[in-house]
Amino acid sequence: MQRTKSSFRVLPRSAFIEMDTLRGKVAIVGAADTEVGKLPQFSATGLCVDAARRALKDAGIQKDQVDGLVTCNSFAEPYMYHAEMIAEYLQIFPRYCVTAAAGGGTTFSSIQNAVAAIVSGLCDTVLVTMADSLRTGLSREQAMLIQASTGHPEFEIPYGPTVPAFYALIARAHMEEYGTSPEQLAAVAVNARLHAARNPNAQMREPITIEDVLNSRMIADPLHLLDCSLVSDGGAAVILTSAERAMDFPHAPVYLLGSGEGHGHEHISQARSLTTSAALESGAAAYKMAGLGPGDIDVAQIYDCFTPVVLIELEDLGFCKKGEAGAFVADGHTALEGTLPMNTNGGLLSYCHPGNPGSMYALTEAVFQLRNAAGERQVRNAETALVHGQGGIMSSHATLILGKETNR
Amino acid sequence: MTEAHAGKRFPRPTAVTAGYWEGCHKHRLLIQRCTQCEHLQFYPRSICSSCMGRELGWVHASGQGQVSSYTVIRHPVSKAYADETPYVLALIRLAEGPTMMSVLCNCEPESIRVGLAVEVVFERWSDEITIAKFQPSKGN
Repeated sequence: MQRTKSSFRVLPRSAFIEMDTLRGKVAIVGAADTEVGKLPQFSATGLCVDAARRALKDAGIQKDQVDGLVTCNSFAEPYMYHAEMIAEYLQIFPRYCVTAAAGGGTTFSSIQNAVAAIVSGLCDTVLVTMADSLRTGLSREQAMLIQASTGHPEFEIPYGPTVPAFYALIARAHMEEYGTSPEQLAAVAVNARLHAARNPNAQMREPITIEDVLNSRMIADPLHLLDCSLVSDGGAAVILTSAERAMDFPHAPVYLLGSGEGHGHEHISQARSLTTSAALESGAAAYKMAGLGPGDIDVAQIYDCFTPVVLIELEDLGFCKKGEAGAFVADGHTALEGTLPMNTNGGLLSYCHPGNPGSMYALTEAVFQLRNAAGERQVRNAETALVHGQGGIMSSHATLILGKETNR
Repeated sequence: MTEAHAGKRFPRPTAVTAGYWEGCHKHRLLIQRCTQCEHLQFYPRSICSSCMGRELGWVHASGQGQVSSYTVIRHPVSKAYADETPYVLALIRLAEGPTMMSVLCNCEPESIRVGLAVEVVFERWSDEITIAKFQPSKGN
């Protein structure tokens, strides 16, 4: 029969695929971070393969047991075919091989894709390894220009925006709409540093106060230096495999229970809203797949490239009401002992931020927390974790929900 | 290129955007209107972002708008912007609806507020490129 226009209708998604198709089907069986901070002895490629080596060791498998590879491209040492290059460097020959073009939410989008690849049989065991050398592999001006190139080349970049300035536009809008204060923004940075102080691998461990943040150099009003994340070298990797296979690894599996994406714009001047993000959509999809809600989450790793980002994400992910995240953080809810321990490794603000790989640390930290292996910063009885990444300028969002049990 | 703007990140007009830049050259702020559905859009595109129509015309915007957010950049993106640092980066909601990024000039950074009424001014960077900036409206 010939298909005519009238016979083609858009069916609801549930007609094709159940929302829980991916729930509990794939687990993380290996996770590792490299050293982070200032690492001139490593190239970006060196860090990428070091992360891979550590994650394979953590999973107790050989490189030949990996048949899928996901990397992200590097600014310091870019390759047109990055993942293929890393496969070649490691002398592995995957049947699923993908380079994530960017960072932030893209990292978790690529995890969601890898999970779907495993469930659909495209591959069995995926190594996701990401690294870059923003700190020592690039000059300061190079790093700034590359990051600012996320702006629109014709209608934003000529005005001389910087990345902190893009996020300052969001901060100012949130302050204007909800009365959020500079002190509340600063509380996000203080929370991160408190946790980094308990993370022996963190780049910045010296405790800071609200006053320290407010007294730090103004970069782009209202954002001070300490409202901005770090510039680092570093890498991290995870290994994913099917829930059936996951039983045969040395560590208890950490299952993917839910995932979702949302994409609102690319350029901030085109945003639907400055104060509500596509985390609303990515979070809703992840909760639906997992069959969980914000109240079921024991520990959260929320993308924190700049302090205002965290407030908007906390609200859009449903951890507090719209406009109330400033008070939520300032009141201590996100501390290790709080109702929602957040960014327990110190986050991008205090642990490290090597650019594109940044979200990976949220994922490895969630794994460490659910393995009860986070040392001094361990959240007691953590059974479920939510990780959220965003990239661009509050543009592309992805949320993952992880758990110790498949039937959560 | 005038000396003051050497090294800045110059836009490169395309077949789709050339009309906008020609407008700036003549000190007219032009935005696109779809001839099919009358949707107004900025930045210029080859299709209407509302109805996907391909027939788009230019309309002369009033040049009036409101600051929807702003920041004062204290650390320039590169040396070429150092002379004018600090500068005020802003999102301007045009009276016609679309939002554009720009820089606010002829004002003290401390005097800027969200909601401030602003009007377009033009700054010549070279024979080919004139940039639309904004300043507080005369009525303020």
